[in-house]
Parts: sequence; structure tokens; C-alpha cells
Amino acid sequence: MAAVTTSAERSLNKLAIVGVLIVTIIFLAPIYWIASTAFKPRNLATTIPPTVVFQPEISPFVKLFTKRSQLRTAPTPEQYAAAPWWERLVFDGGEKVVRSGRGDVQWSGYPNRFMNSLIVAITSTILAVGMGTFTAYGFSRFKIKGEQDLLFFILSTRMLPPVVVAIPMFLMYRAVGLNDTHWGLIILYTAFNLSFSVWLMKGFMDEIPKEYEEAALVDGYTRMEAFFKIVLPEAATGIAATAVFCFITAWNEYAFALIMTNRRAQTAPPFIPSQVGSGLSDWTVIAAGTFLFLLPVAIFTFLLRNHLLRGMSFGAIRK
Amino acid sequence: MAHIQLKNISKTFGNHTALTGLNLDIADGEFFVLLGETGAGKTTTLRMIAGLEKPDEGQILIDGADVADWGAAERDVALVLQQYSLYPRYTVRENLEFPLKPKIRRIEPDEIKTRVDRVAKTLRIEHLLDRKTDRLSGGEMQRVSIGRAIVRKPRVFLMDEPLSALDAKLREALRTELKNIQMNLGQTFLFVTHDQIEAMSMGDKVGVLNHGRIVQTGTPYEIYNNPRDTYVASFVGSPPMNLIDGKLVNGRAVMAPLNFELPFAGGARTSGETDGRPLVFGIRPEDLYLESGAPVEARVHDVENHGVEKILTLRVGDTMLRATVPARTDVEIEQPVRFAWDPDKVVLFDKGTGVSLRHAG
Repeated sequence: MAAVTTSAERSLNKLAIVGVLIVTIIFLAPIYWIASTAFKPRNLATTIPPTVVFQPEISPFVKLFTKRSQLRTAPTPEQYAAAPWWERLVFDGGEKVVRSGRGDVQWSGYPNRFMNSLIVAITSTILAVGMGTFTAYGFSRFKIKGEQDLLFFILSTRMLPPVVVAIPMFLMYRAVGLNDTHWGLIILYTAFNLSFSVWLMKGFMDEIPKEYEEAALVDGYTRMEAFFKIVLPEAATGIAATAVFCFITAWNEYAFALIMTNRRAQTAPPFIPSQVGSGLSDWTVIAAGTFLFLLPVAIFTFLLRNHLLRGMSFGAIRK
Repeated sequence: MAHIQLKNISKTFGNHTALTGLNLDIADGEFFVLLGETGAGKTTTLRMIAGLEKPDEGQILIDGADVADWGAAERDVALVLQQYSLYPRYTVRENLEFPLKPKIRRIEPDEIKTRVDRVAKTLRIEHLLDRKTDRLSGGEMQRVSIGRAIVRKPRVFLMDEPLSALDAKLREALRTELKNIQMNLGQTFLFVTHDQIEAMSMGDKVGVLNHGRIVQTGTPYEIYNNPRDTYVASFVGSPPMNLIDGKLVNGRAVMAPLNFELPFAGGARTSGETDGRPLVFGIRPEDLYLESGAPVEARVHDVENHGVEKILTLRVGDTMLRATVPARTDVEIEQPVRFAWDPDKVVLFDKGTGVSLRHAG
């Protein structure tokens, strides 16, 4: 196209860019706030007006990963000199790192909770997307009696706010011993995500011409081989988009994690706010925990961004 | 090499009846064209032979063996479709290798390479082997599709409108090429199309399918010159056969409701019982001719110049007739002309059933 732009169009363009910038700032501001607080010394975290320029430091992360206690007396110069650099940061904040009788550093609960979050979110995403892909393929390719009703039933599992069933679920989980276990949360999150995954994947499967697999069937491949060799690569975009959504849902889930877990299998979302102490709240540690918690989703989404863009515009795939 | 028989096949999809009591016999090494409009059941027939669809009733025999329980892989057929038959992520070479690689075949890598190269040479697509399929033109894609079918040496080739998506020039070229390939291979081809020109020019035999039934099977010559009913008569031929209502009175064809008459003496075999009975007269446009002393006057309604010939639309009262005349014929629109027909070429159809009297007899 010959781009002949009038001055009116150009100023309209500028206006649009300004609009986009404003929206972007509104969306990014809270993230910047969290990220900057995660690197602030404690005394700057809650100043009014907020401190924007400061010397960033790593102490919130050291505190996040260690168990600490208040210092009653200042450390002796020998103690201070003998401590590694990260322990000095804690001393500077008026706290000390708790050590066991043998002198081992005591970890805080955060690394475990973070691992729990990863285990639960990744496993439930794999399960939900995997089962969803197979189910969607079945619905898309075979004539199934009551197909519409079944699909509606699958969708209906999302019509109730999940919290409504929290108490019965809690009682059932306690009865079968799934309380505070990884599998308990994995099963729950898989169940939440499955209907979403089936519906989304069905859309993508319907877009893949069935002629591709039929050609493979006629060529002498089994249905399974045709599925893995032909359908799956074609569905990669849809799988990526579905996986990101499922992962984010499972990663961010708070209510059930709070109710169903308390120690062994607790995930990061209920743990982070529990660190707001009764007397003194160290917001820099909370921010550091939240900041680290944001990273996996950001990385995952970034890695799959090309697929996501194509996935969002499905229906526009060239035939 | 295979002899295919379809016996009394019926198939319904929900409320829609796709095929009813279909019978087909495709001889070994034959180029059989299944001709019909969209929705006539051509593709369903093809898919049932391929094993992608199961008939509700009836039998499918390949070389005399009932293949009801055979999967698509076991039937050893090759399928070429109008589109989507190439895998988009693969190169041309990978696409050609794909049918040779299933576990059930166990073909040595060297053998695969030789076969792929030979096929590429036959179809003149050697320069495309390393290209991704989304970088091919429509004609190249269909060449590769045909290559994918040939490379496997299947028992039967099934082709579902493989040329329909191509532009006219290419379609003509590939038509000839495909026919040559079939003759060289000596294999059984079942070719499905809605294009009667493709059917006439390629088929050893043509089966005309209408609403899930085979209306007529025969050589292109038989289909064209001796259509079984008015459907075949109007479907095959371009422009189609003229069909005019009328009856026979004392050896003359009297056309109702306009009452123009044409001599019919010495025409198609007639007997006393055809006299006075309501009939449909079928006459091909090329069997109508203009002559100054001819019995009927008409006006030229339209002239289409096709280079080698002209197609005239003649108007007699409300009836429109098409006549193919030599290009040198000099006529103008609204000019009165006189025309006659070749009575030997007239096909008589029963008005009620639409069936040709020759076939009904």
C-alpha cells in the first residue's frame, strides 16, 4: 500500500501512541513498585512520598531465604568480621540469622513453598493440557453420542465459583488423606483447568484440517502415529497458549492453597502474605518474595510469546 | 493392481442420506471417473473405499476380498485430495518419504531415496525437493500430492477433485499428465470430479452420480450420446443437451406448448405406442443446424463466440434452444433464422420418469 499520510492522520497516530504509553504505565506501575521495593532497604520501603531514587541492595532477598531473629545487643566486631557478606546485611538491619546448634544456617519457609508452587503448577498444567488435548481431539474428530451435552457438561464445571465447594472439598480431602499433599492440589488445579483446556483445544483442533491425518492413515500409519506425527505439531500453538493460561491459573491460585495446605505442600501464594508480622512488617521481604514469584510466569510467557500471539488470533491461520 | 466392486452400498449421516443402493464395478487398470454435483455422494464413496468411512449397508470388495474389517492402512490405497494433502511442516522430500516410512512397510533407506528420486523425476519436481510445502504454487503442490501417491505403488489410486483448485491452463496440463501417468502405470484410478470436461477427457469409464445413486455408467461416448435420463443429458455436455417437451404425431415431433414441428421420419426407433405420448426430445446443440429452407423459424437471442465455433441461443416463443454452429456463421442478435435438427441424433425421454426410451426398452 502506498502510505500517503495526511498531517491529521499523523497527529492521530501520535495521540494513539501517547494513549498506549499511558495504559502501559498504568499496567506496569504496580510491577515496578514491587520490583523496586524488593531492592530497597527497610527504612525506605514505606516512606511518603515513595522513594524513587535509592541505592539498591540485596538484603531483602537474603532475609527472604533465611530464618532471622531480632538482635537484642549489637554484634561484637569479631562476630561481624567472622560473618559472610550476606549475614552482615542482616546484622545491618538489626537482625541476626538463626543457626542450628551445629552452626548451620536455618532456611526460611520460602524456598520450599516456591518449589511446591513449581511442582503443583507444572504437574497440573501438564495433566490438564495433556488430557485436554486428547479429549478435544476426540470431540473434534469422532462422532460422539451427545457430543454437545457432554461439552456443555464439561463447561458447566466452571460455572460455580470454586470457593463454594471449598468446605465439602476440604472434608473429602481430609477423609481420603489428600490434605496438605502435592497431589491434592495437583488434582484440584487439574480439575479447574481441564474444562478450559478442553474447550480451548477443541477450537484449535477444529482448525486443523482432518485431511492431514486421513492422508497419514491411508499412507499406513496408525491413528496414534498420525496424532503424534501430524496433529500434535500442528496444534503446538494451541497447546502453548492453553498451557500458559493453565499455568497462570494454577500458579496464582490462593483460596484452595490456603485451605487445603498448611506446611508440607503449601504453595507460595498463601505463604507470602503470612509473612506480614503482627508487630513489625518488613515489606521489602514481602516484595522480594512476590518479585521472585512473578518471574516464572513472566519467563514462561516470554518464551512462548510467538505461539501466544498466533494463538490469540486463531481463526486467522492461513488455509 | 486391483478390481474394485461396491455392492448395494448405503450410507446416511444423521438425517442426510448420502448414498442409497450404490453399485459400482471398477475393472483392474481402469481410469474410472465418478461424476456428480456437489453433495451427490462422490467423496463419501471415495472415503469408503479408502476405509475412512464405513458403509451402513453393502459390501466393498477389493480383488474379490471383502474389506469391511480392513483399516485404511491395510487397504493399500493412495489418496490425492483437492487440498491439505501435504504436510505443511515438511519439505517436499519429507512429504514424498512419509508414505514409505510407516512401520508396517519396512523399506530400506536406500530404497526410499531411489524411489523418491525416481518419482521426482517423473513429475519434474526435482528442483523442489528441499523446499517447504508452503512455498509451493498450487500446481506444484498437486504435483507433489500425486507424487506422494505414486511413490508407494498402491493397489488403487483415489483422487478427490485433485485439479479443481487449479487455474484453467494448469488444470488442462495436469489432466493430460495424469492420464499419461495412469497409462504408464497401468493402475486402477478412481477419479472424482464435478467437472464433466475432466470426466469426458480422462475417463475410460464414467459413472454419473446423482443424490447418492449411480444414474449411469459407461464410456464417455455412451454417456454423451446415449444418456440414460434427462439428468445425465443436461449434466454432461457444454452447453448441455436441449430438452424440449412434446409428442410424436404421425412421424412428426410436435412441440408443446408452442406447436412448432420438426420432421422425425427415420429418426430414433419408434413404435405405435410412442405416438401421442408426452415425451421430452433431447438434442445436442451441435446437432441443430441453420438452413434457409429449414422448417422452423427462430430469433437469435444471444451469440457466444468461442473462436472455433459460435454458440447461439435461439428463441422460439418462450423456448430457448442452444445451437453450436461454425464460427464463420454470420448472425446478429434478433435476426430471424431457420433451423432443423438431425433426427438420427434425437434422444427420446419419457416425460414422466425422465428415462430415455432406449434404456427403458
